[in-house]
Amino acid sequence: MNDPTAPPAIRAQGIHHSFRGKEALADCGFELPTGRIAALVGPNGAGKSTLFHLMTGLLRPTRGEMRVFGAAPGTRTARERTAFVSQDKPLHQDFTVAETLDLFRRLNRHWDAAKAERIVRDGDIPPKARIGSLSGGKRTRVALALAFGKQADLLLLDEPLADLDPLVRHEMTGLLMAEAADRGITVVISSHVLPELENVCDHVLLLQSGRIRLAGDTQDLREAYTRVTGRADPDTPDGLPAAADRSAVVHAATTGRQLTAVIRNAPGSALPAGADARWITAKPSLEELLLAHLRSTPGAPAPHTVQTGAAA
Amino acid sequence: MIEFQVDRHSGVATYLQLVNQVKQALRLGVLEPGDRLPTARAVVEATAINPNTVLKAYRELEREGLVEPRPGRGTFVTRSLSRPEAAADSPLRADLIAWTARAQAAGLGRADILALVEAALADTAPPGAAADGGKAPAPAHPAPTDPADPAPEP
Repeated sequence: MNDPTAPPAIRAQGIHHSFRGKEALADCGFELPTGRIAALVGPNGAGKSTLFHLMTGLLRPTRGEMRVFGAAPGTRTARERTAFVSQDKPLHQDFTVAETLDLFRRLNRHWDAAKAERIVRDGDIPPKARIGSLSGGKRTRVALALAFGKQADLLLLDEPLADLDPLVRHEMTGLLMAEAADRGITVVISSHVLPELENVCDHVLLLQSGRIRLAGDTQDLREAYTRVTGRADPDTPDGLPAAADRSAVVHAATTGRQLTAVIRNAPGSALPAGADARWITAKPSLEELLLAHLRSTPGAPAPHTVQTGAAA
Repeated sequence: MIEFQVDRHSGVATYLQLVNQVKQALRLGVLEPGDRLPTARAVVEATAINPNTVLKAYRELEREGLVEPRPGRGTFVTRSLSRPEAAADSPLRADLIAWTARAQAAGLGRADILALVEAALADTAPPGAAADGGKAPAPAHPAPTDPADPAPEP
């Protein structure tokens, strides 16, 4: 099992990053324990790609410190243990699949040729086909084969499934989960398709306007909030009782007389402070929790980070 | 071998879906003592779910005494839940299949049929059976105070 004294897969401390005077990330701090499958979620322009580039060492933070398995990204030790599949999967269009695999074999010391070739073969991709002639699904398969063949311990996947049909997405996710089961790798995967993340990810990082809004184990986070439905209080604009702690409310909306809200629980309690006994309360799904945060005004409740040990 | 199906919209936690499917397979005799459950790797490759979910389901089955992990070899079924009365060739099952076909021919959907079965169960339950199983010959419940099984309102 994992050595408890080993550094986390990723540790970000006080990261600020700006280009051309514009702040892309501000005050980002989080830890990702090894073996986690983390969703990196946020609206377009929230800073997800910038964060990926900081993890790979393609960018350096303006301030703060990023560490991958305790090493600075971009150093040889960090590079060998990290594989990045970017949105556009920049493979050489004119290379054949076989030439691409051969190139990666030469570039990587711990290359697992059998595994990479098996993944390509299982997708019925002819080795002599040019990368540029492949469909989106097949190109993604080649990109994953390269990432798995590298035997990296940390896989960074920036919207890897965005252009794939549902069947291929399912197949690629299955491939990724099988690799995680086999080797206990750490994965960070960004996606806009929130329902798909629910069964895949056990950790979440929510970025909004360049800041971390939520970070931690998905179960712990879901248990820290309550989804409320009930009769709206007619005397307040947001439908919540006047005594409710507004700083714990992530998002509240009223439709006619009905109130729906996601509220952070009181410390040490399974319910929000001042919960009305007539409310129907439930533990929010990961999707509901993320949507509530995405709908809320940034900066309303304080960012929420739960610290977790290694995966059970 | 068992093949798992994950329903993302059922509202039932995914690990519980796996637990329930194994129990169902044990009841139907699809799985028998000595059978090996699929590896976590095989399950996640087919269902695209997090490996920890599978491990959690297998731990729960182990806790209930239904399966046993054997290091390096896999997870094996140790106990059956099947009853001969429910086997594929049993008269009870044949009766039910005939009845279900009639219900479908009469235009009832799945939910209607399930509701009817539930209603029949409630109608035929011996008085006072709801809380503790009464004198039914079913498995011996630790009847006195099971918080998961509250007595009906008086």
